[in-house]
Amino acid sequence: MDALPDHMRPERSFQGFILALQRFWAEQGCVILQPYDMEMGAGTFHPATTLRALGPKRWNAAYVQPSRRPKDGRYGENPNRLQHYYQFQVIMKPSPPNLQDLYLKSLAAIGIDSSLHDIRFVEDDWESPTLGAWGLGWECWCDGMEVSQFTYFQQVAGVECAPVAGELTYGLERLAMYVQGVDRVYDLNFNGREGADKVTYGDVFLQAEQEYSRHNFEHSDSEMLFRQFTMAEEACRKYLEAGWKDGKREAHLMALPAYDQCIKASHVFNLLDARGVISVTERQSYIMRVRELAKACGEAWVHTEAGRAV
Amino acid sequence: MPDLLLELFSEEVPARMQAKAADDLRRMVTDKLVAEGLVYEGAKAFATPRRLALTVHGIPVRQPDLKTERRGPKIGAPDAAVQGFLKATGLKSLDEATIQRDPKGDFYVALIEKSGRAAIDVIAEILPVIIRTFPWPKSMRWGERSAKSGSLSWVRPLHSIVATFGIETEEPDVVKFSVDGIEAEQTTFGHRFMAPAAISVRRFEDYEAKLKAAKVVLDPQARKDIILDDAKELAFAQGFDLVDDQVLADEVAGLVEWPVALMGSFEAEYLSIPDEVIRATIRNNQKCFVVRDPKTGKLTNKFILTANIEASDGGKTIIGGNERVIRARLSDAKFFYETDLKTNLEARLPKFEQIVFHEKLGTQAERIKRIERLAAEIAPLVGADVEKAKRAALVAKADLLTEVVGEFPELQGLMGKYYALAQGEDASVAAASEEHYKPQGPADRVPTDPVSVAVALADKIDTLVGFWAIDEKPTGSKDPYALRRAALGVIRIIMENGLRLELYDLFTLADIEILLDIKGVKLDRQQISLDELEKEGALSHESAVRMRAKLIDRLFSDEVSNKEHEEAVGRLFNLLDFHVDRLETQFRSTVRPDLVQAALAIQLEDDLVRISRRVEALGKFLETDDGKNLLAGTKRASNILSIEEKKDKRSFDGAPDAGLYNLPEEKALAVAIDQVKGEAAAAVAEEDFAGAMGAMAKLRPAVDSFFDKVKVNDDEPAVRENRLKLLNEIRAATRAVADFSRIEG
Repeated sequence: MDALPDHMRPERSFQGFILALQRFWAEQGCVILQPYDMEMGAGTFHPATTLRALGPKRWNAAYVQPSRRPKDGRYGENPNRLQHYYQFQVIMKPSPPNLQDLYLKSLAAIGIDSSLHDIRFVEDDWESPTLGAWGLGWECWCDGMEVSQFTYFQQVAGVECAPVAGELTYGLERLAMYVQGVDRVYDLNFNGREGADKVTYGDVFLQAEQEYSRHNFEHSDSEMLFRQFTMAEEACRKYLEAGWKDGKREAHLMALPAYDQCIKASHVFNLLDARGVISVTERQSYIMRVRELAKACGEAWVHTEAGRAV
Repeated sequence: MPDLLLELFSEEVPARMQAKAADDLRRMVTDKLVAEGLVYEGAKAFATPRRLALTVHGIPVRQPDLKTERRGPKIGAPDAAVQGFLKATGLKSLDEATIQRDPKGDFYVALIEKSGRAAIDVIAEILPVIIRTFPWPKSMRWGERSAKSGSLSWVRPLHSIVATFGIETEEPDVVKFSVDGIEAEQTTFGHRFMAPAAISVRRFEDYEAKLKAAKVVLDPQARKDIILDDAKELAFAQGFDLVDDQVLADEVAGLVEWPVALMGSFEAEYLSIPDEVIRATIRNNQKCFVVRDPKTGKLTNKFILTANIEASDGGKTIIGGNERVIRARLSDAKFFYETDLKTNLEARLPKFEQIVFHEKLGTQAERIKRIERLAAEIAPLVGADVEKAKRAALVAKADLLTEVVGEFPELQGLMGKYYALAQGEDASVAAASEEHYKPQGPADRVPTDPVSVAVALADKIDTLVGFWAIDEKPTGSKDPYALRRAALGVIRIIMENGLRLELYDLFTLADIEILLDIKGVKLDRQQISLDELEKEGALSHESAVRMRAKLIDRLFSDEVSNKEHEEAVGRLFNLLDFHVDRLETQFRSTVRPDLVQAALAIQLEDDLVRISRRVEALGKFLETDDGKNLLAGTKRASNILSIEEKKDKRSFDGAPDAGLYNLPEEKALAVAIDQVKGEAAAAVAEEDFAGAMGAMAKLRPAVDSFFDKVKVNDDEPAVRENRLKLLNEIRAATRAVADFSRIEG
């Protein structure tokens, strides 16, 4: 850590902060993946978590996932609400016995010293109705602020986890704001430089927040989105059907492409929801439809090479 | 005798589950010990976020030996029976059995002696079963072993187990068992951050002390005391008072192993938000205490947090971090509050048309209209201004649609009051928003302002009559709409304000409105299905119109109305009974239940104040000699009557014939009865129950001398019948005040 140039230190730059987390989890034997190339509401949707959490094979991975929450857009006016932000996601299967300790060490790696800060594990049961998933764990508090989500997956895509995977999700902007000591997300120092070379989070994302807020709340093409939802749903089913090898439900050859359509449907639903064109009663039925897709994908996945029992 | 020490060390257990878990652990282990014949002297369980601990002391070293006799076959029984007996008892031959003499034939008896096992072995068998079957509200699997079925479930990953057994003066033994790969040992761990090293423990005293040295306070009560004492001291040092919050202190005690209270502050500008909103924000979201200035009685811009460590900088960083979060939260709350203030409460009302109160009882908007009408009816009866009561009923629930109440539902009513005052509503109207929900429980106070009283009664009566109308009465322990609480509320509001109301009439008024709304719901539903059928082309527009007209005709026909009326009478009497039952329960702590029964049995009564006055007067009367003797006399009359009525299979109603009296005592009694009847009736009409009892007292000498001198069962049947009729008159006369036959003693 001492060898790091100042501008790369986690408390100085957002990118240095992310790199420190990546390096830490790489040292723990995780594969460091790059973000999934689709729009999704949370890092959990990444197939490296949702699908890889299923089946008996070992799997340790960490990655940054840009997360889209169309409803959370505030036209760039709220100091910490964003419709696009970064999650850092760690998944370890089976959950190692020292996962809590590893988590605390990862905080130390980004400059949060547990002899100075009050770090707490506060009950929080996690459930994702759209993914048909639930787990038990905590929200992790640092000096009264929720900084991460810590979950032992019990069920994902309607399938029991055996073995159980441990999942950590860090809200990167919020943590970085704390470490850098800024109150407004757009004031985060992105590149760790000062003066003319300094690039802030606002320089990178403020315009995007304004534009996407306009899009999400006022202009997104609902008619097209409704069609896209149906198309994604149909495609998902079609690929799942076609993926069963020799038409027998023993081995599946196309779980990943099918799951992409599930991710798609979920994001399209979030866009429609933000646009306010889905009524309260319909809302429930859309969530159910996405869950059915997720479940079918989970079922297919456990019949693939990576998801299958040996 | 030896002690058992058990500790189950895990990752952080949810605060809300800890107390019950400790209790369950104690109960399960001690029940099982007793069932195994190991009667212990005492047990105590503790919980921290990371451990459940149990100490059981005074356990016998061994189970007692058990001797049982087992009866076998008769002597000379077939060989198969003998072999079966030997097999079942483990005897080698019949020589080992004894013979018991019996007149019906002698038989074999086996004496089986089972020597008790060492307690430590029994405990080693008990504990894994308890751990495997522990009743966590929610439990989980984890780690490598969760790949296989049958892996251990615990609330969060279980890491280690301490189980030792031994007497005070010796090195205890480890109770040898393992659960899903976790071996019981005598090693635990200290505070997660301040003393994480392994600790070897022997017995409870040493365990508790070593934990304390390792920055863990084992006893949750001790942690709570530390939190509250330190918090009070911090507040006091600055001249402030801690706002006491036992529930929060309990929760926080479940979040820390080593409580350290610290004080932080926030910008004074946030004090423009109502105190209750500040408190809800800081307490619910951040688990921190708020602080009051004793000079003003208002909150100050301070809060007290409880950290789990003694930080190396004395807590500066921790305070700073918490202040940032609280600032952000208060900034949100202030925004919500100020946004709410921008909208008039009345302007929110149309939204209630979209919110269903209950699928059969219509929308919130309809309910508010009903409450408004009923409150207007009640207002003059309770001394409230009708217009104010209507206004109050109209806006009392509007705050349900505000941002602050959406965020903190427990502030409903209170926020309504703030918003109503801010928009210049009359003070009584504003207060009703908060007060009309009261009383929320037996400890809560009752509204006293007439406007609040009118709205509170209207709200509760509408709820009760509504759920009675759709037959959703409470049954057994099920009372999902809190109707018992509503009825108790009605009773307390009436009694504590001394209100004279005829409840049955109010029920009827509410019922009429509710039935109309129920019909409205039915009509709306039918309209929707008719529209759909029409859209699908299954129905012509003309027939849809015709069908709707038909339904309206049917719903409002004389036949339906008459039937409804009949049903309503039964239903509302049942609701009245429900209240009277609750009233009795209310009385029970102060008045004998039989007196309540006696006072209630004589006539239908829906004026709760009158009921209670009658009961009170009756109680006092029965404490006097006159009362006691009259009661005895009346009971005697009743007893004789019921015997004779049974014997003759007839009743002795009807006026006695004055011509048949042949003793002066008979005549005197008849005169006294006539006089008392009139006086008592007049007094009762004036609600002068003490006066009525006084009149009753005059009956006593006549009754006494009647029984002294007169033989009821005269040989002459006509005289006997006449005297029995006279006895019946005594009973009838006393019924002006109470049914004496229901009084015990």
